[in-house]
Formats: sequence, C-alpha cells, structure tokens
Amino acid sequence: MGDTTEFTWEQWFGVLLLAGVGVLILDVLRRLVVGDLGVSTFSTFLWRGLVDGLIIGLAAVGLSMTYSILRFANFSHGDLVTTGAFTGWTAAWLIGGAGVTGLGSRLLLNADGSTSARELNLHVYAEPVAIVAGLVIAAAATVLVALAIDKLVYKRMRDAGGIPLLIASVGVALALRYVIVFFYGERTRGIVRSSPSIDHSLLFWTDSLVVHELVMVVSAVSLMLGLHGLLQYTKLGTAMRAMADNKDLALITGIPTERVILATWVIGAGLTGVAGYLIVLEQETLNFNTGWFLLLLIFAAVILGGIGSIYGAIAGGLIIGLADNMMLVWISGDLTRVAAFLLMILIFIFRPQGLFGGVETA
Amino acid sequence: MTSDDVGDQDESRTQTREHEASQVATDGGTSATLPLETDAGARPRWQVDLGYIVLTTVAIYALITVLGLLTGLGVGGIFRQLQTVTFLAAAYALVVLALNLHWGYTGLFNIGVAGFMAVGAYGMAVLTAPPEGTTTPGLGLPLWIGIPFGVLLAGLVGLIVVLPALRIRADYFAIVTLAFAEVIRLTINSGALADFELLGRELGTGGGRGINFPLLESAIPRWVLYQGGDPAQGANVVGLQILTVTNQLGIERTVVESAVYTSILVVLVVIVFALLVRTANSPFGRLLKGIREDELATKSLGKNTDLVKIKVFVLGCAIMGLAGIFWQGRNGYVDPDAFLPIITFYIFIALIIGGSGSNTGSVVGALVFAGVLFEGPPYVQRIVTQQVDLPRPATVYDGVVALGAFDPLPLLGYFVGQLANVRFILFGVILILLMIYRPDGLLGHRSEPASPLHLSAEQSPADSRSAKRGGDDDGGDSSGGSDSDSDSDSDSAGVDTSTDNGDDDPLDSNPDDSTPDRGEPDE
Repeated sequence: MGDTTEFTWEQWFGVLLLAGVGVLILDVLRRLVVGDLGVSTFSTFLWRGLVDGLIIGLAAVGLSMTYSILRFANFSHGDLVTTGAFTGWTAAWLIGGAGVTGLGSRLLLNADGSTSARELNLHVYAEPVAIVAGLVIAAAATVLVALAIDKLVYKRMRDAGGIPLLIASVGVALALRYVIVFFYGERTRGIVRSSPSIDHSLLFWTDSLVVHELVMVVSAVSLMLGLHGLLQYTKLGTAMRAMADNKDLALITGIPTERVILATWVIGAGLTGVAGYLIVLEQETLNFNTGWFLLLLIFAAVILGGIGSIYGAIAGGLIIGLADNMMLVWISGDLTRVAAFLLMILIFIFRPQGLFGGVETA
Repeated sequence: MTSDDVGDQDESRTQTREHEASQVATDGGTSATLPLETDAGARPRWQVDLGYIVLTTVAIYALITVLGLLTGLGVGGIFRQLQTVTFLAAAYALVVLALNLHWGYTGLFNIGVAGFMAVGAYGMAVLTAPPEGTTTPGLGLPLWIGIPFGVLLAGLVGLIVVLPALRIRADYFAIVTLAFAEVIRLTINSGALADFELLGRELGTGGGRGINFPLLESAIPRWVLYQGGDPAQGANVVGLQILTVTNQLGIERTVVESAVYTSILVVLVVIVFALLVRTANSPFGRLLKGIREDELATKSLGKNTDLVKIKVFVLGCAIMGLAGIFWQGRNGYVDPDAFLPIITFYIFIALIIGGSGSNTGSVVGALVFAGVLFEGPPYVQRIVTQQVDLPRPATVYDGVVALGAFDPLPLLGYFVGQLANVRFILFGVILILLMIYRPDGLLGHRSEPASPLHLSAEQSPADSRSAKRGGDDDGGDSSGGSDSDSDSDSDSAGVDTSTDNGDDDPLDSNPDDSTPDRGEPDE
C-alpha cells in the first residue's frame, strides 16, 4: 500500500497534471489578453461547462453511491438516466399537452410523429406545473424502476463479486434500454420548446440568461445541498459510510444493511432520474441512447472524484463538464470527449482513489 | 437447474465420469460397485469437444432449414441465411476465442473489444484503400501488406493499452478498456484524422464518411480460385476443381466466391482454436489460469505475471484485429459506427453463453449467439411477414387500444415488427439469467486437465478411485478453478463462491473436493 515507489509515481503524476492545468489556464489568460479568445466566448464555455457539470455531477452521485455500497460498476446507470427522462417527460406531456394532441401521442412522446414540440409549446413560463410535476414523476418512476431491478436482479447476487454484478448490469442496461425502445420507438424527438431568456445586466458573461439553464442549475444545486444535509446530519449517512467501509462489520454492528441498500437506490436513482429529466430541458431533444452515451462521462466524474465520495462525484462532474467545454479553446468539438476519457484513464491508472484522495461516502 | 444437470449427463461422458467419481467419494465407498470407466475406454477430450461444436452447428442449420422449408422460403433464401449465419458465427467465434484468452483464461476483463477490432480494420483499410477515385483516399497497397499491418497495429495498440493498466483492479480494467475503445472510435470519427498528408501522400480515416477498401469477400477468394488473383487469367489448379463442380451445379461465381471467403474464415477459426487449445494445455496456459485464480500466489511462485499478461493481451488484441478485418472485409467499407461499444457486449454475451474459460464453449456460444439469438428474430420476422398479413400499427398505443376492443392482432403485429429490437431485451434477460443461475455458461464449468497426461489413466480400476481423488485435488486450477472463474476474477469484495453456483454443479456436493480448491482470495 504505502510503498515508496508508488507514492512518488502518484506525486509525479499529480505535479504533472497540475502543471498541465496551470499551463492551460495561463494559455487561456494569454488568449484573453491578446484577444484570440473573446470574453463572451470564454464565459459561454465556462457557463455551459458549469451547467453540464452540475447535471453530470447529479447523475454521478447515484453511480458513486451504488459503486461504494453495492461494490460494482453499474453499467445500467446510463439507462436509469434515460428512464428518468422518458417517464418524467411523459408526465409533463400528459399534463402540459392536454387538449393539444391525442392521448396516444402524449403517452408515447410523439412516437407516431403526429405532433411536435412547437405545437405543444412546453416551456417553463407556459407550463410551469407540468414541468415541475414531470420532475417529481421522473424521480419517483426512476426510483421504482431501480428498486424493481434491484429486487429482480441484484438482490439475488448480493454476494457475487464485482465482475458478475457488472455483467448482470450490462444485461439490465440492454433490457431496460430496449424496453424503452419497444414502447417509445427509436426516433429522436423534440420534447421542449427552446427556452425563454431574461435580459439583464447583472452577470458578466452575457446579457441574457437562458431560463431553462437557470432552472437546471437551481434544481441541481438545491438537490445537492439537500443531499448534503441528509447524509451529514442523519443516521442514514453514518450507516452508509459504515457500510461502504466494511459491509460485514456494519452488519454485526446492527446496521440494517438491506435498508441502507434500499435508501441508496432511492437517493441515487431519484437524483439520476432528475438528472435525465433536466438534461432534456437543456438539450430539448430525447433519444433512447441519451443516457447510455453519457455513461462514460458519468463514470469519468465518479472516478475523478474518487469512487464512493459524493462530494467528489459532484466535483468530478464539474471538472468533466468544464473540461468538456473549455477544451473547445484548443481542440475541435469532436475531440473534447476523447480528452475527457483520456483524463479519466490517466486518473484511473495513477490515482485510482480519485483526485481528492479516497474520501468515503459523504 | 435440474434440466442443466440432466443436460450435462446426456451430453458429456467426461462429465458423467466425474460425477460418478465424486459420488463415490461422497458416499465413502458404499457405491463402489458403480462402473468406474477408465480413460482407455473413454473418447479423447478433443472428440467430445468436436462433438459439441458439430452438434450445435447441425442443430442450428437444421432449425434454419426446417423453418425455411415449412414456410416456403425457397432453397436460395435458406442457403443465403445459412451462409450469413455461418459467416457471422465464424466471425464471432474468432473474437470470442480471443476474448476467452483474455478473460476466460487470464482474467483480464477487457470490454474494449470493439476498439481493437476497429484498429485492425482501419489499419488495413487506410493502407489498402485506392489512392484516387474515392472520397477517402488511402495508400493503395496490396492486401498482403494491409492485412498483416492491421493485425500488428491492433496488437501494438493492445500493448499501449495494457502496459499502464497492468496493476489496476478487474472492474477498473473494464472501464479503462471501454474508455480506450471509445477514444479509438471517437478519434477515428473526428475530423482530426479524417484526411491528412503523410510523406506527400494523402490519406486518412475519413471521419464519419468511412473508408472504402478492396472488397475482401471477392479479392481473397480470387487469389484462391484464379491465377494471379485475376479472373481474366483463368482458374488455377484449386479453382479449376471448385469452379467445374459449381458450374455444373449452376451456382453463380459471386456465390462461390463468398462461400470460399466464409470457408477461409472458418479455417482461420480452426487455426486460432487449435492454437488456443494448445496454449491452454501448455505450461504457459496453466500460468494463465493461475493468474486468473490468484495472481498474487502465481507471482509468489516466481512467475513474471506482468509479462505473461502483456503477451496474452497483445496476442488476443491481434486476433481481435484480424476478426475486425475479416468482418468488415465482407462489406469493403468501414465506418466508426461499426464499432460501437454494443459490439463488445455481443461478444461478451456469446462468451458467457458458451462459458468463459472454455475454447469449445467460445465456439458453441458464438454459434448459438449468431445463429439463434442474433439472426433468429429477424429471420422469424421475415418469415412471418411473408406468410401472414398482420396489421402494422405505428405505435404500441394503437395495438393496446385494439386489444381493448378484443382484437389482439395489431398488438401482435407491432410485436413482430419490433422483433429486431425485442431481441436486445432478450440478450439482456439472458445475460441476467446466466449470471444469476449459471455464471459458467454451457461449458465453462468443465474442468481442464492440468496435466497433458491424465494422471489416473494408467491405474487399475481398483486403485483409480484414490488416484483420481488425488489428481483432482492436485490440479488446483482445474476442477475447482473453472467452477468459479467468473467470480474469482474480482479481487475486490468477499467472494463466496459456494452461494451462487454451488447448487448446480454435481462436483460441489462433495465438500472434500471443493474446499481445498476454493482458496478464498480475500481471507
């Protein structure tokens, strides 16, 4: 564990990484001064990175929790994101689209192509009730799906190792994704109208603020604060930390491990479902692959922050979101993911305990 | 579970023999009257294995033919389906064998398979694509340079991936390899490498446009059939034989060529299979199983496990590259979408069905996956739509509404129309069920002899009982080893092997037999 060669390796890597980040920051400053990079472009990248990062962080919390408590890499997590998006927006369409289009079209989010997002005119100002209701339903439905999956699959293999569980989760991912396809079809559909914006002169980056992004940021931050309170000031948080540390010890200390697992799924899946719902609010379209394509980025966030650390997952999400957007300063848009994944691989190899050094749950 | 046991006894005499042996031991000799076969009377293992493969192939062929005949698909349609299935099964078998070498034997949980296939296919494509006349120019080199280059490049990329990833845990290794595969695919897909100039020659991956290269499906068979690989120069010695027969039967040349292509792929599978069986039974193979079961112990015995893992990973990646080349060579075109991560999971499902840790299981799994699970549902869909005139509602909602009016046909029609998607649900469910009830797949639980000579072979029936017991216990990585390979790969959590597969393997009924082999790595 603590042998000296490993330590120096890690230190070297840390120094290199910090130096690299430092060089990049200096380069951004130089570009800003010289004028290669406009202030408005820069602040757009920064803001979008923050928005993306918060959403990835929100989804990463759930993955990090199941990773540390159930001890496996859950490959079906991305499809829980998709589940949240589909169920939540179905609810929002049912409420917000009443009277505009038929029940079949609303239930299946326009699977028959008979309506359009423009016709439904779904945005925060027009249909605030529908959008809030959708958010709640997204969380609730994702929790129910996750609990059902846990009961059907993972509960039967609690004591199997990490790899059999990982493989089973791949099976869950495939089944869940294509159950969604069976009902909703493969089409990418428009879900939300483009967001209204507020003109202002308060903030430095732009003179207009996209309301949907603001809704996202406010929801994500308040959920994270709520989670902080829940885990820091209740027995549940302590029990979770105990279980992540040593399951057997937690069991003989009298911690009801199955109930902790239940709580893990409820919190993790709820946040994941909300993340899926909010992603659609930002990108306005939805596809059955939406969550699956995000999965590796979510993994990257969890790994950056250190598996099991909830604050780490949030921070990791922010770093990944910022990196994914700020990299646009240097490389073209189709390579930013490559950079994010390479960063994740490097972290995995040199600092598997994450950037913040293996802080366990909460 | 009981049906599994029955299946074992039916199919494998080896298995039965072991069963009897363990029974004898359990009963403390009371049932010693049971006829204990000696090895002289038993068929050699390779014959049993070949039997499994032939049996599966015949069963799948028969299923396709019978289904086709019953529904009047016609000889041409059935033949095409058989050829597609054979080709796909062979292509899968090649990759699954390589993955079995990684995961089944060495415990390297590689889920970046698609990435290595992409490297092989693109390495070949960039070198052999014509320099002019296509959207993505290449170097226009001949195939005999391009194919080895692709294979070597895949091996080299494997080396680059495995070197830093040697020390990390199995589930971390999985995520790292998946991320590498995505890095490879996204890089190929990006504009950065789409076109560039190298030493004055224009080349590139073509980005999302993909890249055209010589159609391997006709180019390679032409080398076999014609002089100088050119149909204009007439058939060569081999080609003359084949073409005379096929001309008499009135089979078109393109059909002959693709049949030859498929045959070459099958031959490749046979070669790789033989190579891997040989490897697995060699001292090197025992080292691999040792690493899989307990790397620390293997290291403690003075083995350079890192070097072994590197060798195995590079060899497997090269085979994956070869498979990628032949797979895409059938189209003469590759694009990055051919290597989405889902391909890797297909390979994994095939391996897990067959049973990881068994080369025979790999081939059987590839056959079952490609022939039944992957090609089956669309085949059924084609037949049904040809035969029955089902309504085709646009959405499941319309189907349910019709069901409310007591008309189940629209819902059925929707289901049939969705069969291509429904099979993915099926894949997922099968994967889950296998992991819960039978993590060893069809053949993965079989013990592989640790020694090339069966230790009890030369014994007289009277003392073969004790000898066999000793032999089973000594071959630590054989009997108990392949029982539990899928979960003992992970060195992370407390692995209690007896809970998840203890009840479906007859060997487990014997406590003496199982405990010493099941060294719990976390204790």
